Amino acid sequence: MVTTTSETVDRRANSGKTGARPGSRARGRHWLKPAAGAVVALVFLAPYLVMFIGSFKRHAEILRIPPTYLPTEWVPSNYATMWSTPETPLPYNLVSTLVISVCGTLLVLAVATPAAYYTAKHRFPGRGVFLLLVLATQMLQPTVLAPGLFRQFLAIGIDNTWLAMILVNAAFNLSFAVWIMHSFFSGIPKEIDEAAMVDGAGKLQTLRRVTLPLVWPGIVTAIIFTFVACWNEFAASLVILTTAENQPLSVAITKFVGQYDSAWHYVFGVSIVGIVPVVILFALVEKRLVAGLTAGAVK
Amino acid sequence: MSEQTRKAPVPTRRSARPAYRELATAMPWLLPVLILILTVVLFPAAYMVWTSSRDVSQAGVDRGPAGLDNYHALLDFPALGRVLGNTAIWVFGVVLVTLLISLALAQFLNQAFPGRRLVRLAVIVPWAASVVMTSTVFYYALDPFYGIFNHFLVDLGILDAGFGFTRRPVPAFVVSMVVAVFVSLPFTTYTILAGLQMVPHDVIEAARMDGAGSGHIYRRIILPILRPAIAVAVLINIINVFNSLPILRTMTGSIPGYDADTTTTLIFKYIQQDRQVDLASALSVVNFLIVLAVIGIYLATLRPMRDE
Repeated sequence: MVTTTSETVDRRANSGKTGARPGSRARGRHWLKPAAGAVVALVFLAPYLVMFIGSFKRHAEILRIPPTYLPTEWVPSNYATMWSTPETPLPYNLVSTLVISVCGTLLVLAVATPAAYYTAKHRFPGRGVFLLLVLATQMLQPTVLAPGLFRQFLAIGIDNTWLAMILVNAAFNLSFAVWIMHSFFSGIPKEIDEAAMVDGAGKLQTLRRVTLPLVWPGIVTAIIFTFVACWNEFAASLVILTTAENQPLSVAITKFVGQYDSAWHYVFGVSIVGIVPVVILFALVEKRLVAGLTAGAVK
Repeated sequence: MSEQTRKAPVPTRRSARPAYRELATAMPWLLPVLILILTVVLFPAAYMVWTSSRDVSQAGVDRGPAGLDNYHALLDFPALGRVLGNTAIWVFGVVLVTLLISLALAQFLNQAFPGRRLVRLAVIVPWAASVVMTSTVFYYALDPFYGIFNHFLVDLGILDAGFGFTRRPVPAFVVSMVVAVFVSLPFTTYTILAGLQMVPHDVIEAARMDGAGSGHIYRRIILPILRPAIAVAVLINIINVFNSLPILRTMTGSIPGYDADTTTTLIFKYIQQDRQVDLASALSVVNFLIVLAVIGIYLATLRPMRDE
């Protein structure tokens, strides 16, 4: 694919000789790009700065008219007192988020790794259908299926349980995990596997001792992407988890909005606690994330 | 591809028994995925289609078949036209604006300058952050009285006094679209950025030597190479934006009526406010058919995956 495109490009580039323009204009202005970069960064961080700064204000100050940009007095103790706010049982919500995300991610990993490995290493009838089926689940999001999921879990009696949300999160994040691991497994030369087999290693052993260490970067990417998606899931939790204690942070946060004197300083404190660890995780796989996603989707 | 097929132990496609046996060997590896997809994706999908043809009470009791009554009820819903119009504006507007900004942003982030890595990291933050939390802080900051963004606009002299962005349907819908673009930008920008890595430097240099202008180079060389990346980004954005619930629910949820609803938020109003799961199911089915149609039209008319 790369070769054909560059050929077309060559042809197009050579045929298109039109209006020349001086190439070097911004030579002396070294500060221009970093300055523009700073503006871009500021725009993207602005809401989170508002969040961070707001989390240190007193309740009276965060509702003050007109508002203050910076707290007149920084109140770090918000981060201790917010857990007992009456709107929602926040400690439970944090535990819910943690349990659902960790278990959901583990389940995805346990289920997706063998499938990704086998489809990358073996050709069999129905392989294409299987991979397409997995890709198709990307189109069916929990938002679309919410009424169906709600009815189903109600019928089998696991509505309003973590188990239901673990299953939902696992099912709807399978697609990305399978595809990115599939592309990593495909990248491993056959000879390595064959050498291990010749040495008498079984399939499972080859997978564990030889292949897994090589595809570790792909697995880490899949883990983090899945974890972040589970951590932030909202729509299905909203309809399936009906009691406050079971709800994750993403649902709990909405309890604050629309009230007359919302405890915004607590909303923001909780948000910071919910966002910072995930941003750090996400930043770790920044480079591989998109490459994996494009590879998976283009194939 | 053909070579690999030939190397495979059993090359035949039509002989049933070896194929069956091969599939049987593969099954243990695929079964967990298949079970999960079957029970948590396909079954609820089928159950939802079935529910859409039933009469389900608010308490969740199935009162028997309803034929197409739920779909008729949807058609009779007075706000349906407005909601469908909103959905079209929402999806088309957010996806298009996101793409245009991302193309420029990716081009910028692809250039070398000091601090670029930090800027790229800043751009990723709205992707990692919970959309509910991002929407919530926008809702707060746009409050006409104590909202910081409103206050900032007044300080800049753009507004005379705080404006109730989130108080009436139309402005609330518009700022929700801004938030939707904001949270869609990181993924789209990064996908295009990945695509830009495929652009060969020497070709660009050669074109420049031949006297091609920047606009010309961009349209004739860079855009064609970006085509697959743009296709993926737009496809995934269409699906995500169409199914987006948290932004509108947070920003416009407290406004009575359906003037700021899309089909997706309406589904959740049916489930949560009206407890009409049968109606919600019917709308969900319609919603999914619309997504499929939009994607189909996109793939058929713009042919984004074409390789020539």
